[in-house]
Amino acid sequence: MDLFWQQLINGLSLGALYALIAVGYTVVYGIVQLINFAHGEIFMTGAFGAFATWVVMGSPSSMSWQVAVFGMLPVMILGGIIVSVTMALLMERLAYRPLRDAPRLAPLISAIGISVFLQEFVRLFFGDIPGMPDSKRAIPFPNIEGISGRSVSFGNVNVQISALFTLGALVVCTAFLWFYVNRTKTGRAMVATSQDPDTARLMGINVDRVIMAAFAVGAALAAIAGVAQGMRVGNIDFRMGFLAGLKAFTAAVLGGIGNINGAVVGGLVLGVVESMATTFIPGQFGSPAWKDVWAFVLLILVLVFRPQGLLGAKVVDRA
Amino acid sequence: MTAAPAPATDAPVTEDGVLLDARNVTMQFGGLRAVGDVSMQVHAGEIVGLIGPNGAGKTTFFNCLTGLYKPTAGSVTFAGQPLPPRPRKVVYAGMARTFQNIRLFHNMTALENVMVGRYCRTKSNAFDAVFRLPRHRREEREATERSRELLAFVGLENKADTLSRNLPYGDQRRLEIARALATDPKLLLLDEPTAGMNPQETREAEDLIFRIRDLGLAVLVIEHDMRFIFSLCDRVYCLVRGEVLVEGAGDIVQNDPRVIEAYIGAPTVVEEDGNDA
Repeated sequence: MDLFWQQLINGLSLGALYALIAVGYTVVYGIVQLINFAHGEIFMTGAFGAFATWVVMGSPSSMSWQVAVFGMLPVMILGGIIVSVTMALLMERLAYRPLRDAPRLAPLISAIGISVFLQEFVRLFFGDIPGMPDSKRAIPFPNIEGISGRSVSFGNVNVQISALFTLGALVVCTAFLWFYVNRTKTGRAMVATSQDPDTARLMGINVDRVIMAAFAVGAALAAIAGVAQGMRVGNIDFRMGFLAGLKAFTAAVLGGIGNINGAVVGGLVLGVVESMATTFIPGQFGSPAWKDVWAFVLLILVLVFRPQGLLGAKVVDRA
Repeated sequence: MTAAPAPATDAPVTEDGVLLDARNVTMQFGGLRAVGDVSMQVHAGEIVGLIGPNGAGKTTFFNCLTGLYKPTAGSVTFAGQPLPPRPRKVVYAGMARTFQNIRLFHNMTALENVMVGRYCRTKSNAFDAVFRLPRHRREEREATERSRELLAFVGLENKADTLSRNLPYGDQRRLEIARALATDPKLLLLDEPTAGMNPQETREAEDLIFRIRDLGLAVLVIEHDMRFIFSLCDRVYCLVRGEVLVEGAGDIVQNDPRVIEAYIGAPTVVEEDGNDA
């Protein structure tokens, strides 16, 4: 039974990471009906931005956990958000906006192109920035005193502090998003635009601004996820966005793409299914190498039997 | 029903009182000339009707005015300023519209729909909202209050929290008007506001349009219901095959033989040995 609880908490924290990224897919899809396949790379640039911020601060290494958690970490997160949001806005402006009236396939291909571009850009260029380490292989993520490598025990269940951080970040971000979508004029404009962009325009809504806001919100959450990933795994590399992005996309579809609550639920379900599958499926099919297989089997099952996603039918919360 | 929203006071109209001045507006779709050389003036505080048989180009003309289409030729001036063919700019300038086929945000409540209309008249940005600065909170409160007033104005004060897709048809039409009013327009464009309404609802719509005019707004209305249009409008334009056929006071247009011909067909057709075209 301890194993179950252990895997549940592991799954939930992994799922929280997926959920933070998945929101970016779903918010953008809800408004422009574009699967932004470069979103995984936005998550990656967020992690690199946080790392670069740490280097710019002078690579501080030994400090009390209070300073690390309440001083250094927020600054790193902020730096990561600035980088990822800038990247997302540039991407929207240069790669998607010119194609807004093109056939649906064109921006999708553009997205794949951007994704490859960003990976290669970070791989080849990041190390050339003065002070930054070579980025062709994994870079160790800075040690955040009090979070990295620390855990607490509840009975026999061991919980990483970084896992708690990820879950906490998801809770805070979801609350913030709810407020943003339901209680601000930009949020209302987002919902309106997602339902009928032409009418929204005719009611005086600046649709370009709304689309930029959607990209920015998604990128900010992805950057937070990037920092969380850095602390969980202990290193970052230019490839980290690929599989994470694919999983988060799966989570978004699982929950019903276009639905924010769906992205959160889909992420958590996917994370739990992955971690349970590697524990409770017997034989080699339950080995860790198979966890991606089970994740995508789940996606296929949902697409066949419930294509609108777990919460897809409830379009009321679309945004 | 009593709470009258603030009238559009600061309407800077040209000296002769012309609010909307469309000159020689033409809209060509390939070989089809949907609107040809239409000129129209609407004065402040006036109710102007736009009639014409199906396919005459009335809605296309509306789309040209509101920036949904970019006219092939011609110019539109609003309150003395040239009007760019961009929907958002048109709304900022003070022109709002409703639609022939209702286009509400179906999964939002009635109140939220109206509040979307307030968007262009509020200034707070994402920064204000994130940090919940006083400006954001004050503007949110004001937008809510104003939207509730407008709901009351069109008689939907008890349905504020109903999803708009669950409202009865007539209420949806009135909600569209409230949403358009929320943008503080000087000129309201109504595209067939009584389509599909029963006589009782039509009378209520008529009453509502009069009350809108009493706020100081000008109204340009497309209609098929002749009784409705002639009892309501100060002036009427009749559009046929994309061109203005007749323009003038309601009763003059109503009795113009060319208008009757356009709607019912020329009496001569019948005499041509039954070979009606």
